Amino acid sequence: MTTTTLAVLVPLLPFLGAAAGLLLGRTAPGFVRPLAVVPALASLVLAVLVAVRQGGGQAIDAATELTPTGSVPIELALHIDGFAALVAILVGVVASCVQIYSTGYLRDDPRYPSYAALVSLFTSAMLLVVYSGDLIVLLVGWEIMGICSYFLVGHYWETPEARAASIKAFLVTKLGDVPFLIGLFALATDAGSFRITKVLGTVASGGLHHPTLVALLLLAGVAGKSAQFPLHTWLPDAMAGPTPVSALIHAATMVAAGVYFIARLLPVFEASQAAMVVLAVMAAVTMVGSGLAALAQDDIKRVLAYSTIGQLGYMTGALAVGDRGAAVFHLLSHGAFKALLFLAAGVIIHAAGTNSLAAMSRMRGLRDRVPDAYWTMTVALLALAAIPPFSGFFSKESVLAAEHAATGHTQLAPVAAGWITLVAGLLTAVLTAAYAMRLWLLAFRGRGAEAPDHGRQPLTMTVVLWVLAVPSLALGGLAYRSLPDWFDGRDLTPTLTTSVLGTGLALVGGILTYAAWRHTTAVAARVPLGAVAAHPEGGAGLVEAEAIAGHAPAYGGVASAPDLTDPGRLLLGPLYRHAAVGFHVDAVYAALFVRPVQAGASLVRFLDREVVETYVRGAGALPRLLGAAVRRAQTGNVQTYVSALLAGTVVLAVAALLVATGV
Amino acid sequence: MHLAYPAVLSALLFCTGLYGVLARRNAILVLMSVELMLNAVNLNLVAFDVWLSKAAQDTLHSGQALTLFTIAIAAAEIGIGLAIVLAVYRNRGTSDIDKLRDSAEGHESDGPDGDALTAEETGKAEAAA
Repeated sequence: MTTTTLAVLVPLLPFLGAAAGLLLGRTAPGFVRPLAVVPALASLVLAVLVAVRQGGGQAIDAATELTPTGSVPIELALHIDGFAALVAILVGVVASCVQIYSTGYLRDDPRYPSYAALVSLFTSAMLLVVYSGDLIVLLVGWEIMGICSYFLVGHYWETPEARAASIKAFLVTKLGDVPFLIGLFALATDAGSFRITKVLGTVASGGLHHPTLVALLLLAGVAGKSAQFPLHTWLPDAMAGPTPVSALIHAATMVAAGVYFIARLLPVFEASQAAMVVLAVMAAVTMVGSGLAALAQDDIKRVLAYSTIGQLGYMTGALAVGDRGAAVFHLLSHGAFKALLFLAAGVIIHAAGTNSLAAMSRMRGLRDRVPDAYWTMTVALLALAAIPPFSGFFSKESVLAAEHAATGHTQLAPVAAGWITLVAGLLTAVLTAAYAMRLWLLAFRGRGAEAPDHGRQPLTMTVVLWVLAVPSLALGGLAYRSLPDWFDGRDLTPTLTTSVLGTGLALVGGILTYAAWRHTTAVAARVPLGAVAAHPEGGAGLVEAEAIAGHAPAYGGVASAPDLTDPGRLLLGPLYRHAAVGFHVDAVYAALFVRPVQAGASLVRFLDREVVETYVRGAGALPRLLGAAVRRAQTGNVQTYVSALLAGTVVLAVAALLVATGV
Repeated sequence: MHLAYPAVLSALLFCTGLYGVLARRNAILVLMSVELMLNAVNLNLVAFDVWLSKAAQDTLHSGQALTLFTIAIAAAEIGIGLAIVLAVYRNRGTSDIDKLRDSAEGHESDGPDGDALTAEETGKAEAAA
């Protein structure tokens, strides 16, 4: 088979799997699990084959036009360069792991067939985005991912949190997608084509008339999809979905689509210095804010969600200084370790029966209950905190090195962008290490009652943790020398200055948290807290749904718990209260947008009910009255009707006679 | 024979039938009255056919053909009609037309069976016509 055929099959197989899964889900439940797992694995194998054949060399381009579509043609096009080939492998690996994990995690879930089909559809859409060489085809995949995310976040739709979170995720990402669509049209109008290669050619020859406008419009869509400030608020709430979904969609792949999109069209953004500075500011605010917020969250998955936002901030920071190689390198290693973190968190939530870190910190011996999750999560947290020689270290150092280089003299990016992102990146390194340390200490070093024993975790759930632990541990160190061949050829080796600075700051953050924890842990045993949710015999998915539903009643909010012994409380001081609720961004949006819209809606409702309907009722009154009068003639006596008929006939006959005789 | 005799006879027949339809309460008698009306029409058809064929050398005798047609239809009609009356009688124990008022507007609340009301409504229906 040619490489093009293989590449077409990569997104097509999960799509067929999704269609078959939806059709056969009820009639043949035995086929659901194979139909979920096999297409994902097959497309992973094909993606690897495509990557091997492409080999980081000349990009593979293929296009076919199905039908003429007016002024600017829309083509089914492939554009596979080194970025696309490697990101596709990442998507394949994470999707396969998540599908295998889900067979164990949602074992007893009655809605598993539709869940698995939606995950397959999502995988297919993401692969379409990765391989597409045409912006409109890319947009199709982009929107399918959005709707799949909506359905999957709302998987536990019995809980009000999940319903609210799914609607919020959909609305906020759509808010970004509208400017995104307009931006695509503007770009295509200038370039005369939706093909990425032609768009980039136009940009290179200076044919783009409004680069700043186009770049800012596109940036809005990217901010929505990649959960960057100010459109990041949906991601922490999206943790109301099942953990494998959080791992696949809200950590490793979909949120990376925005970063990947900018990496594809980086020259468009580079054409506008203003857009690059906006991107840098956005990345910096996102990084620091999410790091602080992560330090104050009580739900283990919300900590990881804020950490995802922060790591995506690193990637956009690298893009803001024009180094897409570093951004995609961090995307790859982050995808591996963040998927691992989420899947391990799912195991921990199942074992502990709660998603609250405060409750876990009062459990002794949780790490002995889930040794696989303990060891793999330790690896992934070290990678997240960028401690050498874990993969996160190399990718984050390449980002910091690029930002450091941009503070000097380059043509690619404004100097301001370099300084902003470098300072924010170093600050975030401290915060990242701090919240990683806090998560690890609270989850695994708890003191108090013995952790509940639910027996061994399913094999499908623990094996994938070790599979993902391998790239978390070794991907960075093995790949940083060969990756430049796949990317733009820019060096990704860590530089001495940023390595020492970054690692030193990470150590500082970790040690500070440890000291704070030592200080507070003495009192922790004396303050009992909270309820452990869920009946332990239930499947993992059930336990998690109950834990999410039980968090607000037990602790007074989905995000925080009144835990005086939280080291984060000591570290953040007066900031803690604000960080726990995400710096009131949701409250600001509620005041600025939600309440005016609701007030407008009630005004419209009043106008419709009281004003418009009065006119309608008035217009209807006369016919009603006439109708009531005519209705009384319906006595049900046939002879009356015939009498009336006869009388009418006689009158007509007399009238006709009078007319005919001309009287 | 002059055309006036059959015409007058058929008019008398028709009026008798009409009176029966309007005034009789038994459904079977109403059906019989309908038959009378139909036969009045048949008589008219035959008489005028003969008269016209004499005047205009019409050899097609379409009036007579139509009469045969009407008789056939009437036979079918009376068969179905009697079957319905029988079914109604078995079902309700009566074939009194005045009591079969299921199609009345709001017939559940059986209002006063007033002839005055009927007359008033007939007037209204006339006005509408």
